[in-house]
Amino acid sequence: MADNDFDIKYVANLARIALSPEEEARLGAQLGDILGYVKKLEELDVTGVEPMAHAVPLANVFRADEVQPSIPQQDALANAPKQVNGLFVVPKIVE
Amino acid sequence: MLHELTLSGLTAKLAAKEVSSREAMQACIDRIDAVDDQVNAFMSIDRDNALGQADAADVALAKGATHAGQPLLGVPVSLKDLFCAKGQPANCSSRILGDFRSPYDGTVVRKLRDAGAVLFGRLNMDEFAMGSSTENSAFGRTNNPWDLERVPGGSSGGSAAAVAAQECFGSIGTDTGGSIRQPAALCGCVGLKPTYGRVSRYGVVAFASSLDQVGPLTRDVRDSATLLGAIAGHDPHDSTSVPTEVPDYVAELGGDLKGTKLGLPREFLIDGIDPEVRAAFDAAVKQCEALGAEIHEVSMPHTEYGVATYYIVATAEASANLARFDGIRYGDRVDGDDLFSLYCNTRGQGFGEEVKRRIILGTYVLSSGYYDAFYLRAQKVRTLIKHDFEQAFETVDALITPTVPAPAFKAGEKMDDPLQMYLSDVFTISCNLAGTCGISLPCGFTSEPKLPIGLQLLGKPFGESRLLQIANAYEQATPWHTERAVL
Repeated sequence: MADNDFDIKYVANLARIALSPEEEARLGAQLGDILGYVKKLEELDVTGVEPMAHAVPLANVFRADEVQPSIPQQDALANAPKQVNGLFVVPKIVE
Repeated sequence: MLHELTLSGLTAKLAAKEVSSREAMQACIDRIDAVDDQVNAFMSIDRDNALGQADAADVALAKGATHAGQPLLGVPVSLKDLFCAKGQPANCSSRILGDFRSPYDGTVVRKLRDAGAVLFGRLNMDEFAMGSSTENSAFGRTNNPWDLERVPGGSSGGSAAAVAAQECFGSIGTDTGGSIRQPAALCGCVGLKPTYGRVSRYGVVAFASSLDQVGPLTRDVRDSATLLGAIAGHDPHDSTSVPTEVPDYVAELGGDLKGTKLGLPREFLIDGIDPEVRAAFDAAVKQCEALGAEIHEVSMPHTEYGVATYYIVATAEASANLARFDGIRYGDRVDGDDLFSLYCNTRGQGFGEEVKRRIILGTYVLSSGYYDAFYLRAQKVRTLIKHDFEQAFETVDALITPTVPAPAFKAGEKMDDPLQMYLSDVFTISCNLAGTCGISLPCGFTSEPKLPIGLQLLGKPFGESRLLQIANAYEQATPWHTERAVL
């Protein structure tokens, strides 16, 4: 069962993933099948059922507001694709 | 041979000064040199670093340090490629991380070091833990030590194969929908998924944060208890880790199954289970009965919705978690005309196909107009699945099921049909959705070819100790855990 609403180009764009035309065709078809399968959940009546985001009922986990040691700047930058003067280099965003 | 020992067998010899940690580490390296060309469980090994840690353990042992204080002192243990260990790679078997080196030790790594373990090697996995066969690794597949034409399962396939091939004395993996238990079943070892919140996820690259748990893969149940004891516990760095006491899992092993109530979920024993798997499972249930367990049939009516629920919840969370791989702060960057195309190019070229498929699916189910129909509905069904477990645990101590409906399949068999691959996780997935604990242990073999079959036990939240007791009682009454793959 294919899902006709599914626009692979649009969603890949939202996800910031460039796909080749072959990938678009293949992934689009596979995702259509998968969405057809997960629609199985429509069989169930979920009226009045609380959604569950988490298995453990922990809420508002706080720690004391104290200064802790952190990773030195050089270590934090060590994996940067590009860096200059202790800063990450990124493309220009604002014209 | 040294590499054939269990973890507890090795610690006994280390304590008695019959062998050194260096000899144990060297035995693993020699074994890897001899068989890993065939198995391909390891992506890399930092040999000098490993032998240096072993020498340090030998110094500590010579100075009188004991396994009572440090239960893993001098024991070589390997890590799935998504744990952060300072100065070591953490590629998650993906190209997108390039030559990334972790700037810090994650909590599990730190705890293992504190317990004296010699941490070595990066174990192959499905890219970002997404898959059930380890075929989704960007660095080649891992082969099942029992039949090299077949998959080891996944996503912790390298972790399971390395234990089965006796290349390490135990390994650490992660389980989001079965990624420890399923490969343990297919490779014939013991794999434990602790309760959500039992083990810290700090320093573990996240796939689906409400489902991921860290756990051990070992040759027997006792070793599983030892490793769990070392890694479990509350961690201020992970707000979802739970502040409850960690029992002495090893000390609590023992006893028979008299009075233990095991639940047989009717909905798990459906058509489509391989006949040899079914026969081995039925024999295992009989064996538990013979050991004193009471078997009760229970109903878990929402079982058939587990896979669909999982593939909405897990991919939604993954789409958010993997947004961090954008080519800005770490990993490989593929430039473009502007920032937008840099993101798209980096992620388009860096991620493999299964990861792209899941991120796109997760993005879709969270997107405007589809959130209620997919994501919110799945969260509600997740509640129903959790209720199934709560109801079952009102009458039984644990559930008993096959781990996987079939033994290891041939490499390539399911790669073109992701939905079929997903459906092979049907028995393991609901445990993660409910957030409870589960273990897989060997319960037999198919005849031709000889392939391991896994028995799954699912326990109450934070009921790992009880689960390990039951698993231990079954294991000690059966020969399966003593069988080794011939390589």
